[in-house]
Amino acid sequence: MFDKTLAELAIGLKTGQFSSVELTQAYLARIKAEDDKYNSFITVTDELALEQAAKADAAIAAGNAGTFTGLPIAHKDIFCTQGVRTSCASKMLDNFVSPYNATIVDKFNQAGAVTLGKTNMDEFAMGSSNESSFYGPCSNPWNTDYVPGGSSGGSAAAVSAQLTPAATGSDTGGSIRQPAALCGITGLKPTYGRVSRYGMIAFASSLDQGGPMTKTAEDAAIMLNVMAGFDQRDSTSADRDVPDYTAELNKPLEGLRIGLPKEFFSGDINADIAAQTQAAIKEFETLGATVKEVSLPNTALSIPAYYIIAPAEASSNLSRFDGVRYGYRCENPTDLEDLYKRSRGEGFGPEVKRRILVGAYALSEGFYDAYYNKAQQIRRLIRDDFSKVLSEVDVIMGPTTPHPAFKIGEKSSDPVAMYMEDIFTLSLNLAGLPGMSIPCGTIDGLPTGLQIIGDYFAEQKLLNVAHQFQLATDWHKQSPQGI
Amino acid sequence: MEWEAVIGLEIHAQLATKSKIFSGASTAFGAEPNTQACAVDLALPGTLPVFNEEALRMAVKFGLAVDAEIGRKSVFDRKNYFYPDLPKGYQTSQLFHPIVGIGHIDITLEDGTTKRIGVTRAHLEEDAGKSLHDEFPGMTGIDLNRAGTPLLEIVSEPDMRSAEEAVAYVRKIHSLVTSLGICDGNMSEGSFRCDCNVSVRPKGQEEYGTRTETKNINSFRFIEKAIVGEIERQIDLIEDGGRVIQATRLYDADKNETRSMRSKEEANDYRYFPCPDLLPIVIDDEYIENIRNTLPELPDARKARFTEEYKLSEYDAMVLSADHNMATYFEIIVETAKDAKLAANWVMGELSKLLNQHDLDITNSPVNAEQLGGLLLRIKDDTISGKIAKQVFEVMWSEGGNADEIIESKGLKQVTDSGAIEQIVDEVIANNSPQVEQYVNAEPDKRGKMIGFFMGQVMKASQGKANPGQVQGILKQKLDALVS
Repeated sequence: MFDKTLAELAIGLKTGQFSSVELTQAYLARIKAEDDKYNSFITVTDELALEQAAKADAAIAAGNAGTFTGLPIAHKDIFCTQGVRTSCASKMLDNFVSPYNATIVDKFNQAGAVTLGKTNMDEFAMGSSNESSFYGPCSNPWNTDYVPGGSSGGSAAAVSAQLTPAATGSDTGGSIRQPAALCGITGLKPTYGRVSRYGMIAFASSLDQGGPMTKTAEDAAIMLNVMAGFDQRDSTSADRDVPDYTAELNKPLEGLRIGLPKEFFSGDINADIAAQTQAAIKEFETLGATVKEVSLPNTALSIPAYYIIAPAEASSNLSRFDGVRYGYRCENPTDLEDLYKRSRGEGFGPEVKRRILVGAYALSEGFYDAYYNKAQQIRRLIRDDFSKVLSEVDVIMGPTTPHPAFKIGEKSSDPVAMYMEDIFTLSLNLAGLPGMSIPCGTIDGLPTGLQIIGDYFAEQKLLNVAHQFQLATDWHKQSPQGI
Repeated sequence: MEWEAVIGLEIHAQLATKSKIFSGASTAFGAEPNTQACAVDLALPGTLPVFNEEALRMAVKFGLAVDAEIGRKSVFDRKNYFYPDLPKGYQTSQLFHPIVGIGHIDITLEDGTTKRIGVTRAHLEEDAGKSLHDEFPGMTGIDLNRAGTPLLEIVSEPDMRSAEEAVAYVRKIHSLVTSLGICDGNMSEGSFRCDCNVSVRPKGQEEYGTRTETKNINSFRFIEKAIVGEIERQIDLIEDGGRVIQATRLYDADKNETRSMRSKEEANDYRYFPCPDLLPIVIDDEYIENIRNTLPELPDARKARFTEEYKLSEYDAMVLSADHNMATYFEIIVETAKDAKLAANWVMGELSKLLNQHDLDITNSPVNAEQLGGLLLRIKDDTISGKIAKQVFEVMWSEGGNADEIIESKGLKQVTDSGAIEQIVDEVIANNSPQVEQYVNAEPDKRGKMIGFFMGQVMKASQGKANPGQVQGILKQKLDALVS
């Protein structure tokens, strides 16, 4: 049962093969038995899950069930969940029980979903390895000595280890796609504005975007059908119609034009990853696609630009964590300044502090033009690069990451090396474009991902392309050993 | 040496929207602490701002009223600093692209001259909450009801050269925002407050001296006093060989002095950058013209109408039109009492006197316009004299009630019965024979003045209730009868 997709489980529920309560109990038991190995959950919400499952069963019995009714999922602990600790994997919010639901949490609740719990992540989504979590690192189910990627590492590991059929994630610079690649699952970062950010604790507001992390492209479409849509509470959400993302999954790929940016296949990239990506492209060619080389000349600039803009926004977004109204407060502050300094000094981990410092510096008087404005100019160049290429091809493909998963601790003392792991994913966030990662191979028992990039609001196209690949291949069906 | 002051002002006008600028919480004043602060105002993790378009319409109204350029594209920026009453750790404001650009207003001074003052810009921003230092010994309470209230910050050019000009400017802006209905103008509740930038320089010198900024002054009188005091302080300082230090100062109304709050060196670097949670506001000519068509009568037009329609003097019209609420109050009285001159005298006289004595704004007057209008009506129809009316007014002020009730209950109705008045006149004439003799023996042209004494006696004997016109007539008749 644990290898079943959302689509399959939905049929099982509807045909009475099992109830939502049975399904939920099974997953809760599995999390309890297995998660010690991975540490993929920060909080397991047994009671809430069983309550929601019972409601779902009643709805199914009454014939009021929707597609999602009774399906269990997990939420990245960046999404506020009413009455449940929402920690963002930080000591700062270890004691924070949200009094409200994020918009997407509401949407899943209304769709009848069952919340199994809240998944581990890098602290405030800052990291590519899940090692910066206050609750300890999360392990990659394919090899527990390795990182699952980040920042949505807990969601990726939980799906990969079959502790949940699907999970939500958030992606600021690759935080859905990179852990999806490293854990051998499917991850979609929608177009900026497609999914409401309300209630998703902000890291970098102009880059953050929530999305699904699933076993298959079809499941990602089912998830996105629930998540997507305009939200009056998020001024940056897109006020445009939401199509049925499952509707075009089965369109043939005959005539699909694929662009391969030469910059995604050069520089510091694992040779096997490059080869596996090329093999995946070949598969698309057999499905009728045409391929041409394209150029995204400013790809290398995406890392410096990103590491100005994201920390700049973060330095401001994280100012609200001041020990005054909620969250961590230091003991016995002597005065206001002491309260601020120690609450923030003790409440934030080193990576978060590093980014706050970088961001505050980049925004400070006298440096703003040289850093922040320059980074915004680069951002425009990157967006223009993509626009040009996407006027010539339907989708852009390349590796999701330059390397497979690395060992826990291997890069934690070298932040720049860690940042480089996001070289292929960051530029999409800067441009606001949608991107997916789907499994396309393994190297020494560790999965690798193929990234598919589309035009603004072309999620239907991405899901179609990914689904067709998954019909033709079985990389997405491979599981870690013993699972 | 002769010195010249240079003054520029920043006015914070709270916009009279029902809900906050970025959340749906109410902006009503005076609620229990933290009962009007929602998740967004508390800056709970994950919350996002949504711009209240009503604030935009109000800002555009102001821009049109000061003949300013309206920003077709304005952008919210974050001003980052830590303070307990600033929940997000930044204030959302507009630095680089304000909604209102360069404009101007004309002020009229006491001597009747007018002067044009430049308005540099006006931008939208959110107010902070309040720190409460007195309620909790050894601790500070935070009330976030005010957090997120929309403000229009109106920045002037450094065009003013005296406290008088500065106050005239502030009054004019106050009058504009209240006339436009975009601000209640209530200074004691902090709806309208002013930061004064003051420097001095030797007369004739072109470059500016070092300025200080005195923050958050919330009455016209304090603005005048603070500026006068600051000019004196700076001149004294320089004449004694010192120099002015660029600093932010606070005005202490109790001591009537400004004192340093922080110097430039200690000033924050606010690390402004465009707020990524809010889209730029883009408006077109049609949007602006639609708002222009809804503009109400502005103070200058109202003043012109007052001289024309009510035949008021230039001075009276200026005073009465300067404050929107005062002008409206005045017009309600005119409507009731049908006598503009009488209404003007009362509003500028008795009413203003008591308001000043109690340091009250017209909107907080214990006597409303309908009450006062009712009172004036009783003067007009001779129910009471002007003098008795003042007594009635004082009762109204302290105890409430309408004119007729007070006149009735206090027995203040004017005596118009000629028989009764004649009786009092006869008594007065009988009891003051020396004065009667003087009257009789006086030159005829002096008698007019002498009659005043008898008037006084009669009014006193009638406790002010006798109709003065009748008294005068009867007195003259009876006294003149003694002459022949």
